[in-house]
Amino acid sequence: MALKIIKSQCTVCGACEFECPNAAIKFKGDTYIIDPALCTECEGHYDAPQCAEVCPVPNTCVPA
Amino acid sequence: MGGTVISLDGLQIGTRDDLTKAMESKGCESSSCGSSDAPEDMDPATWEKVKDHPCYSEEAHHYFARMHVAVAPACNIQCNYCNRKYDCANESRPGVVSERLTPEMAARKVIAVANEIPQLSVLGIAGPGDSAYDWKKTKETFQRVAEQLPDIKLCLSTNGLALPDHVDDLLDMNIDHVTLTINMIDPEVGTKIYPWIFWDRKRRTGLEAATILHERQMQSLDMLHERGILVKVNSVMIPGINDKHLLEVNAEVKRRGAFLHNIMPLISAPEHGTHFGLTGQRGPNAAELKELQDACAGGANLMRHCRQCRADAVGLLGEDRGQEFTMDLVPDEVSYDPTKREAYRDWVAEERGERRAAAEAAKSETAGAVAEDAAAMLVAVATKGGGRINQHFGHANEFQIFEVDAEGVRFVTHRRCDNYCVGGYGEEDKLELVIRTLEGIDTILCAKIGDCPREDLEKAGITAIQDYAYEYIETAVSAVYRARMGLPAGIAASA
Ligand code: SF4
Ligand code: SF4
Ligand code: SF4
Repeated sequence: MALKIIKSQCTVCGACEFECPNAAIKFKGDTYIIDPALCTECEGHYDAPQCAEVCPVPNTCVPA
Repeated sequence: MGGTVISLDGLQIGTRDDLTKAMESKGCESSSCGSSDAPEDMDPATWEKVKDHPCYSEEAHHYFARMHVAVAPACNIQCNYCNRKYDCANESRPGVVSERLTPEMAARKVIAVANEIPQLSVLGIAGPGDSAYDWKKTKETFQRVAEQLPDIKLCLSTNGLALPDHVDDLLDMNIDHVTLTINMIDPEVGTKIYPWIFWDRKRRTGLEAATILHERQMQSLDMLHERGILVKVNSVMIPGINDKHLLEVNAEVKRRGAFLHNIMPLISAPEHGTHFGLTGQRGPNAAELKELQDACAGGANLMRHCRQCRADAVGLLGEDRGQEFTMDLVPDEVSYDPTKREAYRDWVAEERGERRAAAEAAKSETAGAVAEDAAAMLVAVATKGGGRINQHFGHANEFQIFEVDAEGVRFVTHRRCDNYCVGGYGEEDKLELVIRTLEGIDTILCAKIGDCPREDLEKAGITAIQDYAYEYIETAVSAVYRARMGLPAGIAASA
């Protein structure tokens, strides 16, 4: 029940970080990562995972 | 880039004469773009807002410099001319990656630049994503800078989707310039430019996306106009998609109170990896661009001096000194020293008055001598700023193009060409590039030119003139025009 970010595709734009309702996404080292313990796939908040909705690169925020 | 930047390192702050001499020897930039209106054509409040802004006043762009800091990487829409691995192509040239900074680093960099470049008058945030969507970072940067440099003008550029939410913040922070990128007012056209937007928690596509974007852009324009914030509208001209439509865009944004309209050519190449690049969508050529700009000339003021700068550009328009101020070169602690900028401002205040008087004098001299319906002439000018002919032909990265007729001298556009002379010796193919770039123009004014390139240009039918070195552009262009019309040039050529 979590998403992950495919590091090699990420542009490090940070859009996912501030759309995440659970503050599950953090900038660590040189990339953004999703904390699986905090990610709910946005259930209970929104219809669709916000990180995947906003991410400019296709197939970058994907089910872990 | 070595020889092409406007170096003010040697600029001694002393008397006005010293400064004038320093500018002449070190060079600085030229005559007129943006709104080409002089103070007498504008209400005083508007003039006060634009007079030091190089993008909003063509006149100011000869004296003042801007810098962009790339603090806003996130974006809420996808444009077909943009590949998000690179910078936003709204304003910046596509295919470049700017130096991304935190707001704290950006503020430090601005101070360091202000200490070194006295022409600095504007800080803009144009990405690399969308400055209004990535608002927290944009706002923090502006606040940090305003604390230390209260007189610097702040501006941002955005696609407008998120802007209505932050307009009150803009007022609180005294931001009186905003650039909106508006490529369509018909959502059907929009569907060919925007594959999706992220809006109200969902990714939206097709007509829905374009309609929402359009409505928010119009709302942004109206809200800004109501509050007295000057709006520049940027439009990317995409042949076959919105080229004809931009005439309607021009009329509409003018009706809604946009101060300036800037039509920029699509820059598209497969290696940028953009949708348009990959599908072979071409950009307009110079003639198509000028035709559209001329057709719009009766609408909102047209900006013709936009250089589609990088999101981390530093310096006068047409130059980029960003590489001198990369973060590794900015000290950990910097404090602002206002002396250089203050002295420079005093100098500009006097200098621009003189230049205006010289332009007026040249205009009336020409108007009196040349028949009212005499054909107009185009002249290319090599300049480093200050409204003077002060650049060596071989150092020119771009030429500013002026049109002159009985009505006076007008800036038309700039044409870029690669530095023809890098190490002191021209290369044959570079010269050919210059000749191609200047198609349709047979006269170049520059501060100096070597014998060889001059002869080669002559063979190509272009006359290069260095007799007006360090003259005001208007004065020199008028004199050349009068000579062309068979009249005495009127000023001592080497005065
Ligand atoms: S799916 Fe939702 S909760 Fe999980 S990381 Fe993405 S935005 Fe955050
Ligand atoms: S939105 Fe996508 S590209 Fe941007 S930081 Fe998140 S994962 Fe990376
Ligand atoms: S991109 Fe255009 S508007 Fe922006 S600073 Fe450059 S010239 Fe001015």
